[in-house]
Amino acid sequence: MAVEQPLATPAGDQSRIHDIGYRGYDGPRLGRGYARLSLYSQTLRGSYGLGRSVKSKVLPMLLFAVMCVPAAIMVAVAVATKAHDLPVSYTRYAIIMQAVISLYVASQAPQAVSRDLRFKTIPLYFSRPIETADYVRAKFAALASAMFILTGAPLLVLYLGALLSKMDFAHQSKGFGQGLVSVALLSLLFAGIGLVIASVTPRRGFGIAAVIAVLTISYGAVSTLQAIADAQGSSGAVPWIGLFSPVTLIGGLSSGLLGGTNTFPGSDGPTHGQGAVYLLVILGLVAATYGLLLRRYKKVGL
Amino acid sequence: MVQVTTFDVVTVIATESLSKRFPRVTALDRLSVDIGPGVTGLVGANGAGKSTLIKILLGLSPATEGRAEVLGLDVATKGAAIRERVGYMPEHDCLPPDVSATEFVVHMARMSGLPPTAARERTADTLRHVGLYEERYRPIGGYSTGMKQRVKLAQALVHDPQLVFLDEPTNGLDPVGRDEMLGLIRRIHTDFGISVLVTSHLLGELERTCDHVVVVDGGKLLRSSSTTDFTQTTTTLAIEVTDSDEHPDGTRAVREALTARGVATDNEGAGLPGAGHILLLTAQGEETYDLVRDVVADLGLGLVRMEQRRHHISEVFTSSDEQRKEAAVHGG
Repeated sequence: MAVEQPLATPAGDQSRIHDIGYRGYDGPRLGRGYARLSLYSQTLRGSYGLGRSVKSKVLPMLLFAVMCVPAAIMVAVAVATKAHDLPVSYTRYAIIMQAVISLYVASQAPQAVSRDLRFKTIPLYFSRPIETADYVRAKFAALASAMFILTGAPLLVLYLGALLSKMDFAHQSKGFGQGLVSVALLSLLFAGIGLVIASVTPRRGFGIAAVIAVLTISYGAVSTLQAIADAQGSSGAVPWIGLFSPVTLIGGLSSGLLGGTNTFPGSDGPTHGQGAVYLLVILGLVAATYGLLLRRYKKVGL
Repeated sequence: MVQVTTFDVVTVIATESLSKRFPRVTALDRLSVDIGPGVTGLVGANGAGKSTLIKILLGLSPATEGRAEVLGLDVATKGAAIRERVGYMPEHDCLPPDVSATEFVVHMARMSGLPPTAARERTADTLRHVGLYEERYRPIGGYSTGMKQRVKLAQALVHDPQLVFLDEPTNGLDPVGRDEMLGLIRRIHTDFGISVLVTSHLLGELERTCDHVVVVDGGKLLRSSSTTDFTQTTTTLAIEVTDSDEHPDGTRAVREALTARGVATDNEGAGLPGAGHILLLTAQGEETYDLVRDVVADLGLGLVRMEQRRHHISEVFTSSDEQRKEAAVHGG
């Protein structure tokens, strides 16, 4: 810590405590890349309430536990009954838990960006070496990483459980890998959507409500339309309808390209070709949300 | 009336016919000014272009025409390098209420590129220098305006910049807080060796704090010169006397007596407390003091006060007013 030196200021001033010699800083200045990394790690930690108040830790930690507990129970049951496969596939797990994931992104996306806007901290960032794109990338990457931890951890629990109960290693590893790809895309997509909405709603409460609304209402609407389409015999339309909500996008991609079980109504899931369309739409949406965030922050400035 | 500053000092900020035009307003209009090390006040009414100038100098907003250099770096191309060496304290609130000052300033230090350990050490040092002690561990939401201003100042200084931009740092402070902040700003240069560009729309503040004052109005340079140039033209005496039965208006009696002896006087500007009861006159030397004493004594009045008064920077703002006043003061 600092060595407090007496100063060469006029004698009258020395009675004041804060007249302790000023020391300059000659050490390294690590520049943009380091600042971006610091912002990334601060936001990622903040997404789980680390480095924030106890109150801020409750919700993300609770949701993390809620995500992992069902996986642990499935594993326990599978081990006890000496099952040959897991009751739920790796790619399907996130779809089943979509409500929890939506709640998490709704609560943490505003935490990541709305506070800086609401409390006008943004100018302090942009008066430093980092640029708009650095800020957006750090925030995007941090929230996507937080989501990946949330959605990947239960898959890891499932995978370790499967290996412990000596299920087929190759089969399980392939499924686990496909599961990780699908939750990685889910993390990017949900983080992008959550951040765009949160970045235009400085009030945290509105941000949370808006993200939940977009994710769950779109899922509800698309599922209902799919069910109607299927019941009316136009089941060919079911996969195309699925393109219109984030949750069904991930579900359709998983069953179309990643060998997951079909989560749509009707017996036929998306074909490989349709799965490729799903992938393109997801990547397009991720790029679009990134572009929108850049545009948004270009305007915020100082 | 542009005054060219001396060139033997290193220039910290230099602008050359710098202009910034928005579709409907011209925020800066061919501003050319050189600013040396030390504390420089940037004075102007709201909307005079102060904040626009700071944005351009931070390399965050391109100038429409003209060029500017900060610490010898071109703002158009070396923005990031400038921002690494410069601190900025915004005018508005910019602090999240739910974190402590320490956590916040450490984070901002890292955003400036300081490694983790250095960020913590510099934060502890800087918060102490701006006068925040035990309270720095409490959430900022509970701070007074004065304490928040200190945190804002600390985040601008934590990376030991060579120059800080302080945008209206005394806004919202009570008179005591204002004095403390001005003292702190002075120390940023004298003790910390950091040059300061401080904006204000209050001239009296800058007069006490700054080595140099730049006055802008409507995006144009009105005047740039050292504070002593502004205020040292003449020694003015302010006199206040009592009234007596013989002279119900003592002030007028003294003025008439002084005029009779060839000394011109002027009333203090209207609107101030005591206006009309204070006489201003130019001191020609020791004999002026004696003369005033004798005149007041001869009239049998009490001399309430006789003090030296410097000219106020505000006089440059009301230039026509100033000339009239100058004429009146120098008239005799």
